[in-house]
Amino acid sequence: MYTTDQYEGMLAETVAIRGGDGVRVLAYCARPLGEGPFPGVVLIHHMPGWDEWYREATRRFAHHGYVAISPNLYERFGHGSPEDVAAAVRADGGVPDDQAVADLEASMHFLRALPFVNGKVGVFGTCSGGRHAVLVASRVSGFDAVVDCWGGGVVMPDDQLTPQRPVAPIDYTADLNCPVLGLFGAEDHSPTTDEVAVHEEALKRQGKEFEFHMYEGAGHGFFYYHRPSYRQAQAVDGWDKIWAFLGQKLSN
Amino acid sequence: MCTMIVQKVPVEGFGRGSDGWFDMNQANVSWDHPFHAPEEHALNIDFVNESYGPGARVAVELSFEGARQLVETIQAVLGEAEDRGLIGE
Repeated sequence: MYTTDQYEGMLAETVAIRGGDGVRVLAYCARPLGEGPFPGVVLIHHMPGWDEWYREATRRFAHHGYVAISPNLYERFGHGSPEDVAAAVRADGGVPDDQAVADLEASMHFLRALPFVNGKVGVFGTCSGGRHAVLVASRVSGFDAVVDCWGGGVVMPDDQLTPQRPVAPIDYTADLNCPVLGLFGAEDHSPTTDEVAVHEEALKRQGKEFEFHMYEGAGHGFFYYHRPSYRQAQAVDGWDKIWAFLGQKLSN
Repeated sequence: MCTMIVQKVPVEGFGRGSDGWFDMNQANVSWDHPFHAPEEHALNIDFVNESYGPGARVAVELSFEGARQLVETIQAVLGEAEDRGLIGE
């Protein structure tokens, strides 16, 4: 807990990593000043892109004592306003899962190489980023906790599989080897409460550690204070649950 | 991309983007999250020319009813123009 007499400093800047295919991928990195060691978190942006909300969220994680990095998963679509770039990605049906997983794995290794990271790295994502969080933690070892905020498309019927998204993340559940925190809105259309229940059942069946919270009176994106979907009480409670969960799972 | 309901269609014409008029050659039509419309989903149309980069885009985000009405209106206007012999002059 912060106190008013406490020193606090933060470094936040754009950095570059090598994506899975060797391409330069820009990322936004924020960390508390000091030797640490601090736990690390990879933040996965949502469908509207690598935008201001994600920069703020990255700094918020740093404020709470994490070394946080948010890579631009849309790097290969060129540069421009986040909306223009995201619109191009939307038209292509999203980025390929394999590419996203590789970029996120590279981000995790970037954090692990830093001398002030404590050896624990979590992953956080909202919307499509929530789905990517579940996916990468299932396909790649090296993550210690997952926070999935309303990730749609974890459960996918066969007719929704595409060349970019050929396998439903839920089908990798057996390979998931870290605990999951899931935050969802009962009025969401993607994921629906039924889809969340299917995911929950799969986690139980595979004996995975998880905690899911379904918020009444909330739909998709209830953390987004700049959208009508914002729900103040549910968002405050959700953030509290994130800090409690990561505080427990990523401390040494 | 959350819904994956998206189609691209070649469309010749001109659009006025943030840097002025440009020759567009494609419309990307989706039912997905909008950037500005205060809804979870909208009928989004991006008129683009990808060769000019992501910024060459004219965007609209329509309600379901508004999009239906637009389609019917375009059809009606084109039909009247055809009836009056104004197409392919």
